[in-house]
Amino acid sequence: MLEEAREVIAESIGCDRNEVIFTSGGTESDNLAVKGIYWQRHGQDRKRTLIVTSSAEHAAVLDAVNWLVTEQGAEAHFVPMDQDGELDLGDLARVLKERSDQIALVSLMWANNEIGVVHPIIRITELAKAHAIPVHSDAIAALGHIPVNFAESGLSALTITGHKLGAPVGVGALILARSEKLTPVIHGGGQERNLRSGTPDAASASAFALAVKEATGEQDQKQALHARLSAKLISGVRAIAPDVKVSSENVPRLSNNVHFRFPGCLGDSLLFLMDVNGVSISTGSACAAGVSSPSHVVLSLGANTDEAMGTMRITFGHSSTEADVDAFLVAFPKAYEGARKAGLTRR
Amino acid sequence: MKILAAMSGGVDSAVAAARAVEAGHEVVGVHLALSRMPGTLRTGSRGCCTVEDSMDAQRAANKIGIPFYVWDFSERFKQDVVDDFISEYSAGRTPNPCMRCNERIKFAALLEKALALGFDALCTGHYASLEKDSEGNLELHRSLAMAKDQSYVLGVLTGEQLKHSYFPIGKAANKEDIRQEAKERELSVANKPDSYDICFIPEGDTRDWLSDKIELTSGSIVDIDGVKLGNHDGAIGYTVGQRKGLNIGRPAKDGRPRYVLEIRPKENIVVVGPEHALTISELSGKKYSWCGNAPSNVIDWIDAEVQVRAHGDSHPCKLRVFNGQMVIRPNEPIRGVSPGQTAVVYLGSRVLGQTTIDKTVSAVMEQV
Repeated sequence: MLEEAREVIAESIGCDRNEVIFTSGGTESDNLAVKGIYWQRHGQDRKRTLIVTSSAEHAAVLDAVNWLVTEQGAEAHFVPMDQDGELDLGDLARVLKERSDQIALVSLMWANNEIGVVHPIIRITELAKAHAIPVHSDAIAALGHIPVNFAESGLSALTITGHKLGAPVGVGALILARSEKLTPVIHGGGQERNLRSGTPDAASASAFALAVKEATGEQDQKQALHARLSAKLISGVRAIAPDVKVSSENVPRLSNNVHFRFPGCLGDSLLFLMDVNGVSISTGSACAAGVSSPSHVVLSLGANTDEAMGTMRITFGHSSTEADVDAFLVAFPKAYEGARKAGLTRR
Repeated sequence: MKILAAMSGGVDSAVAAARAVEAGHEVVGVHLALSRMPGTLRTGSRGCCTVEDSMDAQRAANKIGIPFYVWDFSERFKQDVVDDFISEYSAGRTPNPCMRCNERIKFAALLEKALALGFDALCTGHYASLEKDSEGNLELHRSLAMAKDQSYVLGVLTGEQLKHSYFPIGKAANKEDIRQEAKERELSVANKPDSYDICFIPEGDTRDWLSDKIELTSGSIVDIDGVKLGNHDGAIGYTVGQRKGLNIGRPAKDGRPRYVLEIRPKENIVVVGPEHALTISELSGKKYSWCGNAPSNVIDWIDAEVQVRAHGDSHPCKLRVFNGQMVIRPNEPIRGVSPGQTAVVYLGSRVLGQTTIDKTVSAVMEQV
């Protein structure tokens, strides 16, 4: 069952089945990639202490990098972004060239989970390949929405997870190129190519494989639908709130992601008022105690704290329909008015 | 009505929210995140600052079957309660942070937000009761559960705030009934211990906590006549009425214990003296408010009762407003009064109003 699941995932995302390492989810996969590749490369060559990433990465990458910096003597270089979230590839090329013998790895996400911007992964791996530097990418937000092909990507490692695709929470994978080595984070019985010990959860892996297969199979058709829904949503919201900003609106973006920024409103007021009217949305990020905090992604695009608090993220999934957008647009005007009234009084 | 139930993660607010639902209201639960560092796990007691409290509140809301949110008021809390607490201590006063929190956060910032979001009232688990007088005006009264009565910390509420307040357990006879009710409702917090300390000082040691925030320099401990008796390691953090921890080597001439009578932060001096010198014959404050309708004539002395701490006794007194200040004269001198504390005045069981004490007049000395 486990090996069948491995095969299905390999076929769906264009990798060898031996390259699929099952994990407990995206966070573990990101940690395994960032720490594992860093330890491996740094272990081989002590000069390699630099990790190239961006400040809009998921916390699983950012915090793993920060931990290596504070506890292990690593150094981080954050590739700058413009206000749409696009990476400065000139800066990336420069650092790769100037410090190629110090870089342990590059970790840049395929698409941003909050604002939806899609990064040119093939272009990035081409730049790194010239210096033989491994690139890891978190593709959790991208998978099932845009083509993700591991072999064509030129990546050394790729993170995917199940629950964003309808599989149970608690299963994911790191796709690791056969040519790439890493030091394990979890030691034990030597399962998963000796890279991730612990008895694999075969049932969850099966469900995960099925979800990946379905999501990638339906991708083209869903992409067209989601693009239509996004366009309708944006124009509907803009008619009510003319000063709204749509993050990454004019750059390559996931069609299933719309990220709004409302001046003068708090995201949690909007969320609350939409919820009251039966529409569940999310502001973006919350801490362990459930407090919504200013989005680090929005802050890293140069926005101030108030702007970063007035956000609302809508993502379409495999079951989203036009009726959902209609229901949203019915509830929105009143919620927006209420949130404006509640203003920024808070915190 | 549409009710926003503030849920701290304790048993009282959980039962209050459940009763609000049972009374037929449309109820939404909210937990206030007040700490900037909500990562601290504190087992057992109830604060408002821990992940555990937030989870307990959420669990109760799920059990009751109401929507639940966590709202971040940590910035306001820091400015209006924590920083105020530090600056009051720096000025040699003894603040009551729970009172400030009710005045500026729960029944101000939170209530404003609730009203703006379309709620009619804020529900809390306070032990105090709302009543109407013969003309239909709202009044706040002591709880029947006198041992738990929390009308004191609500003394800062104004009539307008009372209109939007709802205390479903205010008429409970005692806390045990509330715990029993929580058990019957299968709320996991039924046996959660009460909290007695200040929520942002989890270790309970105010002086130690303040020592990180205020620079303490050693100075003199003197008697009423200004004679130096010893040294202290920082005047801030002593409390009027304090007896322990003075570390004065010599006993008083009469052999009786000495108490802190006054703190003079500017001169960095702590004044100590005999117990009877702590008694106060008058206290007054510029910052005062009425809880509901003001008495019809406060220029003349009226008979009332005064309480100067959360679970202290109340003392018969005379009260009037003079020169823009609320002036209170206890019929018998009282002790344990310090500037910065809140004096809440009652007419029988009704909370009449409050003032933050600026000045006290000693019953035995001219002015302390």
